[in-house]
Parts: sequence; C-alpha cells; structure tokens
Amino acid sequence: MSKFKLHDHILVPKHILLSDEEAEEVLKTLGVSKEQLPKIRADDPVAKEIGAKPGQIVKIIRESPTAGKSIAYRLVI
Amino acid sequence: MIPKRIAGIRFEVLSPQEIRRMSVAKIITPETYDDDGYPIEAGLMDPRLGVIDPGLRCKTCGGKAGECPGHFGHIELAAPVIHVGYAKLIAKLLNATCKECGRILLKDDRRDHYINMIEQKKRLGQDCEDVIKEVFRVTKGVKVCPHCGTEQTEIKFEKPTFFYEGEHKLTPKDVRERLEKIPDEDLPAFGMNPKAVRPEWMVLTVLPVPPVTVRPSIILETGQRSEDDLTHKLVDIIRINQRFMDNKEGGAPQLILEDLWELLQYHVTTYLDNEVSGIPPARHRSGRPLKTLAQRLKGKEGRFRGSLSGKRVNFSARTAISPDPNISINEVGVPKIVAEELTVPFHVTDKNIEEARELILRTEHPKANYVIRPDGRRIRVLDTNREELAEKLEPGMIIERQLMDGDVVLFNRQPSLHRMSIMAHYVRVLPYKTFRLNPAVCPPYNADFDGDEMNLHVPQSLEAQAEAKILMSVQEHILSPRFGGPIIGGIHDHISGLYLLTRGEKLFTRKEVMSIIKPIEVKELPKPKYVKDGVEYWTGKQIFSMILPDITIEFKAEICQGCEECKKEKCEYDAYVIIKNGELVSGTVDEKAVGAFKGIIIDEIMRKYGSERTRKFIDDMTHLAIRAIMYTGFSFGISDEDIPEEAIKQIHEVIAEAEKKVEELIKAYREGNLEPMPGRSIEETLEMKIMQVLGKARDQAGKIASRFLGMDNSAVIMAVSGARGSMLNLTQMAACIGQQSVRGERIKRGYTYTNRTLPHFKPGDLGAKARGFVKSSYKEGLSPVEYFFHAMGGREGLVDTAVRTSQSGYLQRRLINALQDLKVEYDGTVKEQTSGMLVQFRYGEDGVDPTKSFRGKAVDVKRIINEVLSSEGEQVREYE
Repeated sequence: MSKFKLHDHILVPKHILLSDEEAEEVLKTLGVSKEQLPKIRADDPVAKEIGAKPGQIVKIIRESPTAGKSIAYRLVI
Repeated sequence: MIPKRIAGIRFEVLSPQEIRRMSVAKIITPETYDDDGYPIEAGLMDPRLGVIDPGLRCKTCGGKAGECPGHFGHIELAAPVIHVGYAKLIAKLLNATCKECGRILLKDDRRDHYINMIEQKKRLGQDCEDVIKEVFRVTKGVKVCPHCGTEQTEIKFEKPTFFYEGEHKLTPKDVRERLEKIPDEDLPAFGMNPKAVRPEWMVLTVLPVPPVTVRPSIILETGQRSEDDLTHKLVDIIRINQRFMDNKEGGAPQLILEDLWELLQYHVTTYLDNEVSGIPPARHRSGRPLKTLAQRLKGKEGRFRGSLSGKRVNFSARTAISPDPNISINEVGVPKIVAEELTVPFHVTDKNIEEARELILRTEHPKANYVIRPDGRRIRVLDTNREELAEKLEPGMIIERQLMDGDVVLFNRQPSLHRMSIMAHYVRVLPYKTFRLNPAVCPPYNADFDGDEMNLHVPQSLEAQAEAKILMSVQEHILSPRFGGPIIGGIHDHISGLYLLTRGEKLFTRKEVMSIIKPIEVKELPKPKYVKDGVEYWTGKQIFSMILPDITIEFKAEICQGCEECKKEKCEYDAYVIIKNGELVSGTVDEKAVGAFKGIIIDEIMRKYGSERTRKFIDDMTHLAIRAIMYTGFSFGISDEDIPEEAIKQIHEVIAEAEKKVEELIKAYREGNLEPMPGRSIEETLEMKIMQVLGKARDQAGKIASRFLGMDNSAVIMAVSGARGSMLNLTQMAACIGQQSVRGERIKRGYTYTNRTLPHFKPGDLGAKARGFVKSSYKEGLSPVEYFFHAMGGREGLVDTAVRTSQSGYLQRRLINALQDLKVEYDGTVKEQTSGMLVQFRYGEDGVDPTKSFRGKAVDVKRIINEVLSSEGEQVREYE
C-alpha cells in the first residue's frame, strides 16, 4: 500500500510538533501543567506522521467558522 | 486543597457476630416506658440506644440530643428466620448446590472457568451479571452431584419466604444448615465474595435494633406518647420471640411451635418490607399499613428520591399563574395571602429602629411576623405581645418582615432548562390567589396560563438580594445567550395590536390618540401629520414613534413577501420598516420588529440604551399594543373561514384534477410505463410523484382560499404578522387538509393481511383516498375514513413529541452534568474547576459572549458604519 500524507487531506488540521523550548513557552503563557492539556495518543496516525513522542506537545491550527483560525495544543501520550 | 477522596464503596452483609459486636444493648422486653415515663432497661427505648429527649444525655457516648448519633442494639431470635430481601438468592443458591455436601453442582475445572470469567469481566469494569445468571442456569439442570454423587431434588421457592423440597417444607433452620455447608471456594462462582458474604448470614439469627434516633416517638397534644411504626413492629417481633422461647422451654407440641415460628417469620418479613406480595401487610390499629424499613427508602417520597435528591426549602411559594399586562415585565404579582406568609429579615440598627418599631406595631399587611433576639430565640408577634415587643426592641435584633412591594424575589418555572427559567422579579402585592406575570415574559419561562404553576423564592441575605437584582433581573435576560437576540418581547395580541396600529396610514383624532396613549408617559404630542377642516389627525406610525427612543434602523418586516427586487420605502405591502432618529417613517411593526425571538427594534434598543431602557420600551410597547387592539377590536370566529361558493368549486376541481393525475400515474405504473427516477425503485418513484401531485393540489387549494380571505381577515392578520398561527393552518381550515402521513410516507398499513389500509378499499388500492389523502377542510368536516387517517397521523405526532422530550431531557441532563464545573477564566481559556484541565484554549474558539454578539457575529460592521454615518445625517441601507 502506498503511503499518503494525512496532512494533504483537507479535513486534517495542521499539526506541528513543538520543540522543548516552545513547549515550555506555551505552558508558561497558558499557566497550566503538561497534564492539564488535552491529549493526543502517540499512536494517533497524525502523531506518527510528525513523529511525536510521548511527553511532547503538538500545536494544532484549525480553520474555524467563527474565529477564522483557532490554535490548540495537545500533550502526546 | 484537595479533599480526601473516596476510593470505593463496598456493600457487605452483616454477620451475626458483627451485629452483636456493634450492639450496645440486648433487647429482651417489648415494653418501652414504665409507668413514670422512664425508658425501661433492655427495652426498645433503652437509654443506651441514644437520646431524643432534649436535656438528657446518652448512656453510651454521653452526647446530648442532636450530638449523639444513636447506637444499635440487638435481638437474639429464638429461631432463625429468612430475610425477605435475600429469599430469591437463597432459592437460587439451594438449587445450585448439593443438598448433602453443599458443593457447587459443577466440576472444579468448570467452576474455575466461570470464576475466571467473572473476575476478568470485573477487571475490565464490565457487567458480570450474565455470567452469574448462566452459572445458576447450568447448575439448576444438574441432577447428580459431581462431587459426592447424591441425587438432587429441586427446591421450590414460594413467595415470599417459603421453600419446599418436594412435599416437604424446609424450615429456615434447615435452609441455614444447607447454606453453611457451601464452601468459601465455591462462592465466587455465584458472584459472592466470601469475605463479605457468607450465605448463611442471609438467614437471620440476630436482628439489629436501630437506634431510637431512627425511630423517634412523638408526644401528642394530649400528652400521650405515639411510637414510630418501626418501634411498633419491633415490639411485635420481641413479643412473639419471647412467646416462642417460653413455649419451647415449656415443651409445647411441635405444631404450636411451628405456628409461632411462622408468625415470627411474618413479623420479621413485614418489619423489613411491608409491601411484599403474598402476605397481608401489617397494619396499624387504625387500619393504616405500617411504614417499615423498605417503605422508608423506596419510591418518590422515599429517602433517596424524596430526601436526598429532592430537598425542600423555606421562604418559597407555589401557585397557579395568570396574566397581568398592566404590571412591568420585571414585576410579579404576589397574592396578599402569600405575601403575609413570606418574610424578609430586617436587621435593627440605631438608624432604623423607629421603622422597625412601626412594623411590629402594625396590624395589617406589611407587618412583622417574628422578632429574633440576639440569642437566636424567635418570638412570634401576636396581638397580645405586640406592644411589649416593640418596647423591648433594640439594635442587633432581627425582625422578620412580611413581603411587600419592591422586594426582590426569584421566580421559576420547571423544567428549568436554561438560565432564563429562574429570573428575579420585583414584588407587587395584589389581591386574589394567583401569581401574576406580564405575558411578555412567557417565552423565557415557556409558560402559558392553562393551569401552569410557578415557584417563588425570597432571597434572605442582602448579598443574595443584591446578586439577584444585578445578575438575575428580567431585564438582564432580554437577550438570550442562545442566539444573541431578544427572548423577551411581544406575543400574540401585542403583535396584532401594533400591526393594526402601524399598518398603512391610519388616522386618529386627538381624542383617539389620547385614549390610546393613556397608559404611557408621553409629555408632548408630536405635530399632527394632517390637519383637515381644522381637525388634527395623527397616524398610527406617529403614535408608535412616541415610545421609541432615538434609534435609526431599517429592515424587512415579517409580512415581507420576498419580492425579487425590494422597493424599499415604496413597498406596496408596507413591509419595509424604516426608523429614522426614533421616528417610524415607513413599514409595519410586526413580529420581526417587536416579537420575542426576533424583535429587531428590541435588539437595537438593548444595544444602544441598555437593559433598563429596553425594559421600559417593552412595557410601553405592550401597553400601547393592548390599547391599540382594544381600540379597533379584534375577534375571530368560524365564519372568518367562509369562502364563496365559486371558490369551493374551484378547490374541488383542483383536487379532482389531482386525483385523476394520481390515477393516471398508477395506471402508468401498472402498465410498466413509469420511468424510475435516478436512484429510486419504480415503487418509490410512484410514491414520490403521487406525494408531489397531492402536495401541489393542497397548495393550490390553499392559494385559492387565501385569495378570498383578504388582508382584513383577522386570522390572516394573525398569520402574516406572526402573532399566531400560519397560512397553512388557515388553508387547512378553509380549503383542504391534505395528505396524512405516518413515518413520512403515505399511510400504507392498517388492515394488514389484505394489503389495504381499511376494508373499505380493494386490496392494492394505491389511490389518493385509500392512502390517507384528506380532501375536506376542517370547516367542512372529515368523512369517517378521512377522520381515521387523520387520527393516525395525529397520534404519530403525539408519540413523537412524548419520545423526543424524554430523550432530549436525558441528553441535556448528561450534558449539564459533564459541563457543570467548566469556567471561562479571565485569560479566555475554559478550564475544569476541580482538576484545572484545559478544555478550550479560547472560549468558543473566538472568545465571544453570545449575548454580546450580534446574532452570533462578534462585530456587525454594517451597524457600525450605519451608526457613524447616521450621526452625520447620512443613511446606509439595510439592517440584517
């Protein structure tokens, strides 16, 4: 089976893996601990595609009908 | 701080040893009190069991009444008895185990297989009931014990507590002995944990006696003691127990002993549950059935549903509601008798002591009901002690003053589905016995006056009153957080009234104008629009403008016909509303302008002038509307649906035509000439085409009828202005009811086995008439066959609503439980309050409060442009 990129699909929002420094920054601005973030599983197809490992944080950019662009973060578990 | 967490709860069966261990007194005598009124030692009111009389101290823990929680005692039963609650399980266990060796009727490997299955299910958090059920089913079928080879006989269970082995009756003692023999290792196969439950514990040998605090006696006015039902029942048990022991020691014949045993069983059974089928309930001397243990817990008024989930509150009232358009929307009419009962605390200080004294001395309505002294004692204000209390009044005391005009109260109607279901109103004390509310606040409560009842609560503390006033007032809820538009506005006659007033160029003389605007505060009349022969005339639009604040908007009214090109102010239907600087220039005021849920004018005033001004506008608007509708008069009767003979003929023609078309379609279908539509079978195509033809026929018939029902017809006025009803309702009354449907299809079943809906038709008849097309109108009346089909369609509607309400109710309950402690933080994130979990990074993705949005949009650019330009005297069109 030929592999295709999930990110090419229009319904898959953009997932970006954050570096440790960026992750630290995000947690600081949100004022929460890692565990209080929403989660994404490391074996989630899109997490596998960007090579996310447990403990890292993923930034998700979605198109929103009300806000235009909405940003969310998830902790990889 | 994180409070201690409960990791789990386990329910176990009390063992006889456990019952004895927790007991502080062995109860042997059925007497409660001696002749001097003191509780008897070792009696049911033993002082060691706790105290209920104030002043006395508990003999066990030394606590006073209220401090001491009470302590259990016990009764040693002379003979074992079955516990009714476990009787069924006992029966299953007896049939699942060997009568001789007590082992489970399964080979060890099979038993272990089931035990493993149960354990696995438990580990996965799944329900293991079905496995246990299977164990009992399998073991019941085994005839010979696989362990000792004894042949098994089936044990018959007879409700409520009797067991038979063939003809022979098993005594509870026999049962207990058999249960004792079941080894611990076999119990997990029945889903029992041997540490928590031994099966023989389900046969009682010792009975716990609940503390007196659980069954307090009350002293009647006559000075007589009246014991609790449970005490009565325990007295019976002890008495029979005693008699049984005496007889046994005296060597009474077996027959008498057995009778007594059965009697003891009866008393213990009814003590636990007095509503078991098969035996008569134990009754009080008066004939009333006793309320025993199970009755205390069960049902709507039981401990769970009645006392734990549903608590009752003081300072509340409930009665039927009725309308009063003359009070403001943020007022509530409270009956005088209710106002005299409900109170508000009045804290006496140096500054208000005279006022307080006056309240105590009053003998009529706003008077004081109680005086509370600083030590907490409350004294009722009576004719006899009024003067004395007034004299002794000093700062620091609290007076409970009767509810009076201007007090703030919370008003509520169930089901409380959204926050507008409980709003704060100001009290208006009125005569008669119903709560009065302005009909304009019916939509948020979803109330009508067909017998609805509502609740009223009186906030007691100043903090609560302030909070109610600021956050919960009716005017603060005019805009709904659901869609960002008004939810409070004109209904029914308000809309009809304003429609009649503002439509076209209605002229009113000075006298007429004065009579219409009587309830509103108008300081100055505008200039009359026309002066003819020295008589001044004002238009209805001018009258409406008197209540408008300075706003500028334009929109299409509800009556807008949706023309291809909007002619704006030159609209021939007067459906284009233009308000310029608080002056209604053109257009008709209808539902779109002032109605609840739509109300563009209300929306605009709310945004520009805030809640208080909007409240005033709604009050004025409703007053004006009612005056206006009373001025013209407005009625509706059956003759309003009269249409001329020729119209009826036309309608009949249209329907006959359609029926003929249907016949043709069926003929084409039978001959195989029907072309199927893409993705449909021929049958589906036929159905769809028939539905289409008949639907069109109904619409056409409706159109013919509405041609003859002019715009001055009151039903038409109500339908087009959005006050009540629709054009469809009207055409169904006047012209043709149309196709009845069940599950969105024409009615096709009924007289099932013959492939027809009713025996009036030939099998396989697909015609309009045979499949539920009603060609009559409501006014004409339905034929019996039509009536039947109509009832079928109508019933489906009723069932649907019933199912939907229960389903959506449960859905909402789950949603609310899941979302109840989410909070929008100051940084715009949504967090769970206890765990601090992030739920949304920005509330609703855009961080917009829907009540402050413009119909869901964060900013309304058009409105802003309009506002800026209009202040410069220029206009930009269209508001929407």
